[in-house]
Amino acid sequence: MPGTGGPVRTRLLRFGPERTRARWPGAGRDSLKGMCVRSGRFRLYEAVAAGSFRRYATYRIATLAGVFTNTVFGVILTYTYIALWDEKPGLGGYDQAEALTYVWIGQALLTTVAVMGGGFEDELMTRIRTGDVAIDLYRPADLQAWWLAGDLGRAAFQLLARGVAPMVFGGIFFSLALPGDALTWLAATVAVLLGVLVSFALRFLVALSAFWLIDGAGVAQIAWLASMFFSGMLLPLNVFPGALGEIARALPWSALMQVPADVFLGKHTGADLLATYAFQAGWAAVLLAGGRLLQSVATRRVVVQGG
Amino acid sequence: MTTAEHTTDIDDGPDAGFIALDGVEKVFDVRRKTGFLRRERHQVRAVDGITFRVRRGEMVGYIGPNGAGKSTTIKMLTGILTPSGGRLRVAGIDPARERTRLARRIGVVFGQRTTLWWDLPLIDSYRLMHRMYRIPDRRYAENLDRCVQLLDLADLLDVPVRQLSLGQRMRGDIAAALLHDPEVLYLDEPTIGLDVVSKAKVREFLRDLNAEAGTTVLLTTHDLTDIEQLCRRVMVIDHGRLMYDGPLDGLHEVGESERTLVVDLERELPPLEVESARVVKVEGPRQWLAFPAAASAAPLVAAVAARYPLVDLSVREPDIEAVIAKMYADRVTS
Repeated sequence: MPGTGGPVRTRLLRFGPERTRARWPGAGRDSLKGMCVRSGRFRLYEAVAAGSFRRYATYRIATLAGVFTNTVFGVILTYTYIALWDEKPGLGGYDQAEALTYVWIGQALLTTVAVMGGGFEDELMTRIRTGDVAIDLYRPADLQAWWLAGDLGRAAFQLLARGVAPMVFGGIFFSLALPGDALTWLAATVAVLLGVLVSFALRFLVALSAFWLIDGAGVAQIAWLASMFFSGMLLPLNVFPGALGEIARALPWSALMQVPADVFLGKHTGADLLATYAFQAGWAAVLLAGGRLLQSVATRRVVVQGG
Repeated sequence: MTTAEHTTDIDDGPDAGFIALDGVEKVFDVRRKTGFLRRERHQVRAVDGITFRVRRGEMVGYIGPNGAGKSTTIKMLTGILTPSGGRLRVAGIDPARERTRLARRIGVVFGQRTTLWWDLPLIDSYRLMHRMYRIPDRRYAENLDRCVQLLDLADLLDVPVRQLSLGQRMRGDIAAALLHDPEVLYLDEPTIGLDVVSKAKVREFLRDLNAEAGTTVLLTTHDLTDIEQLCRRVMVIDHGRLMYDGPLDGLHEVGESERTLVVDLERELPPLEVESARVVKVEGPRQWLAFPAAASAAPLVAAVAARYPLVDLSVREPDIEAVIAKMYADRVTS
């Protein structure tokens, strides 16, 4: 598709008509410095991400309510897990402290990796349905990169605003297995970032389905169900035995929660950690490429709604 | 079509066909449910062979009833829809093939949609435009200053877009479309839903922009006053075909449209007798006089005021859709 992707190019731009202009600024005096534009693309997406971060930061009460809900759910799940691990110590290869840590990581990452959706995809689907996507399409920006940048901004905000507080709460009131060294925290952060990428790629596919279905709510619901179960949000995927467990752990959703949690718990180190990253990055690449393909088909063949 | 006559009297340089359409078509496949699993396919020709030229620096009105193909044309001109047939160029660029390259040279305002960031202050959207269009810093500052001044945005820059009124948001959107010095500006219903003061402000701004910056403007509207005040040339489209291309006055002649002078008299009188107008309705002391749309209302008002006890008056513009509908009907029957 023309205009999407492609290498970052340095290009001479001409601003404004060549005719002499009276009062409109910049008439016929293009400064040489201004004409050479460098690395503008990155700065654009940086601005999109920053704007998205601030946008989510606007709704403080909603954020507080979210933190509260996460914490309450964390407490409920904690007692469920305590009961479970009392019955079956070492279930899924976790001791009880690790299992409880898993719960609070889950609450911290719930909105960051958008396990239950609720990120950009609702907005993008609405824009496709109403035809507002026309505005996204005529801009000199790539649709997928634009929404990815926005989603990264959202994820960063939600990790800080909705991730930190429940984690601190869980750490104070329950005995958790928190990593002792900074390297593991760093490794887990990388895994979370890769998880966000996979999550975005999945939700981008869901959102683009609206080009064909007009109402993407059904697809979004199926995606929500799959994500709730296969991310390991309800129960760690390690708990599931046999083929079901194998399959669940190989699907992309495990990159959202199971994988970052295991990295945090120090279950992947050394070469195994690299293989784990490769697993996440591989799914991200495949799904992002799928989204790109769908996007190019959609923008070439599909009707942009509305007058 | 009158396109040829219209362009030859200006110039034939490269600027003459700044926007150039030759037999452009857009056909949509529509599938209709005709039974439980049966679908009937049929084709809708949204744009059915349109040819026109717009000279650089021209300001042209593009009008027609709902569903005539106006927005489809605009979408093809921005490159977000690919024509099914024909040839289309904007500033020498094929929009569908080089959408991003073209995007840096055009500005678009959809009256019913916004390009602004809903939850954030207006200024944030402008900073985004600065990055998106890679506008040199100094040029950005100058253009923003000017837009803020002329569109009265100074007090709005720090207000979240969702809190703006429709008129304020529209002014904000117009500024957003102009920060990168576009050579072409497409306006799709820029005054829709605005009050009289906001409409006047927007029109004045557009007139100045066109006159001073030489920006080529293609304006889609349902408001005939927009066209009257801004465009010397108007193109009428209906059923995907260009019905008329020429000056606005000519449209009224073709459509034989009439304006209406509504007069309130001091008392009930028999139908007034004035030249160049006929009374079409009498209701107590109020009378309706129809006169040709191309004629000025001033002599008529003077004539009425000189001879009759006039209390109040108003002029009603002809309904553009009625004019177009009549044109279309004439074309079908002739």
